[in-house]
Amino acid sequence: MRTLILTLVLLVCAVVSLFVGVADISMALISISRIPRTVALILAGVGMSISGVIMQQMTQNKFVAPTTAGTLEAAKMGLLIFLIFIPTAGAALKMLFAFLFTFIASLIFLAIVRKIRYRNVVFVPLVGLMFGGIIGSISTFFAVRMNIVQDTNAWMMGDFSGILQGRYELIYLSLPAIIITYLYANKFTVVGMGEDFSRNLGLNYRAIMNIGLFCVSLTVSAVVITAGAIPFLGLIVPNVVSLLFGDNLKKTLPLVALSGAIFLLLCDIVGRIVIYPYEVPIGVTVSIIGAIIFLILIIRKR
Amino acid sequence: MIEVKDISKHYGRKVVLDGVDLQFPIGKITSLIGSNGAGKSTLLSIVSRLLAQDGGVVMVDGKNVTDYKNKVLAQRLSILKQSNHVRLKLTVRELVSFGRFPYSQDKLTDEDNEKVDRAIHFLDLEDIKDAYIDELSGGQKQRAYMAMVVAQDTDYVLLDEPLNNLDMKHSVQTMKTLRRLADEWKKTIIIVLHDINFASHYSDYIVALKDGKVKYCDTTDNIINEKVLEDVFDIKISVTEFNSKKVCNYFM
Repeated sequence: MRTLILTLVLLVCAVVSLFVGVADISMALISISRIPRTVALILAGVGMSISGVIMQQMTQNKFVAPTTAGTLEAAKMGLLIFLIFIPTAGAALKMLFAFLFTFIASLIFLAIVRKIRYRNVVFVPLVGLMFGGIIGSISTFFAVRMNIVQDTNAWMMGDFSGILQGRYELIYLSLPAIIITYLYANKFTVVGMGEDFSRNLGLNYRAIMNIGLFCVSLTVSAVVITAGAIPFLGLIVPNVVSLLFGDNLKKTLPLVALSGAIFLLLCDIVGRIVIYPYEVPIGVTVSIIGAIIFLILIIRKR
Repeated sequence: MIEVKDISKHYGRKVVLDGVDLQFPIGKITSLIGSNGAGKSTLLSIVSRLLAQDGGVVMVDGKNVTDYKNKVLAQRLSILKQSNHVRLKLTVRELVSFGRFPYSQDKLTDEDNEKVDRAIHFLDLEDIKDAYIDELSGGQKQRAYMAMVVAQDTDYVLLDEPLNNLDMKHSVQTMKTLRRLADEWKKTIIIVLHDINFASHYSDYIVALKDGKVKYCDTTDNIINEKVLEDVFDIKISVTEFNSKKVCNYFM
């Protein structure tokens, strides 16, 4: 029922998203620019919020997400290294670089979380933010050296206005990760109960952790490459859904996915209307709306 | 049957378990007692393959635990640890349903649902089965976790200090439930206990550990003895008989 309502809302938002904007609507415009943009928005919204859920299960911490675990910075660093060393190689290699860096950074972050004795709810994401800060500053150092600071900054600010047919297709790579997550929903719930609990239930904990890492890395790198970093999405959407409907992923994962897509579409529509005929980058709208919701969440938790 | 052969474990240079040999009788409650650091919880974790030993083997039904597939072992043996604090927002019924995970990973069958309902009924959780576990009291939470283990329906049930943080009423309730599991459902129960009187009153056998070694291993009646207990705990304990049950007094 809830899923049905959300699906309808998503459809309405998608249609609005297709027709909001400046130019006169023509079939060519719709197929070259509008459809790719809407599809990219939906996939990014679903992908980022689902990645957030998986990371929260793997670390057993509600405040861990691509934004607070250095994941986005790692993807950015992968792109940067690619740009410095083999700028002319194809998009597939670019994707591979971003993916590898994201994967390795997530492994390191998980290893750090494992080592932390004092597993305070706020302490873990703080460590993640510092970790991201370190990665970010190394990237910036090299970017300054190579005079490409502007490029790298552009990646960090998610923006869907540049999305055109032929330049966004990599985002479809997040689709398999999303499907795997859905099929493994129950197993990720068990992982979220902790290692001992998982073993008691006969779950191969390590294997599921690796699958989770793979899915997160694939999704995040695909999204960062096509649209840039979208902050907070993986944090807010899962938390709101969890507050309202609990943590049984089998039940809530579709809700997370749909809400993520709707939230991102709405932010994009708002960004396109506020200073019409210009456009606010979606990273800004998501950050502002997201930060407010996040603050409310933290204060309510107290 | 669970057999433990020559188990040893050390953390760094500190020896926690040293050549432990044990057999746990089927369909009975065996309590592990001993001072802090005697190695009780470590032994329980090793038996339940949550922790790897440095030497020795654990056999379940004549087969080394390391030779079992995860899923198969999870259908034979379950463990509930004191640190099993699930932070997820799940309802009681959802939590109990995860006890069936080793049998049918994703889709619960009718048989699974039946066992879940039976476990909920057994622990008297019908009234709160749709409540979220993070909203329950300590005693209710403990019952919910035990229901999950009951739904897992394993021959061997291991519990690490299940009475921690429970008041007297809920402690007694928990022990009575375990007693029924052993007597009516023929489960083999191994339990780490701190309160000697609970061990005395509810268990069939007692294993006393001291400095990583099995000091005594006998029927409850033989262990609850002033000399033995003084040897195990290094304090004076007086044992008196009350309503044909032995009661230990260590406030001396």
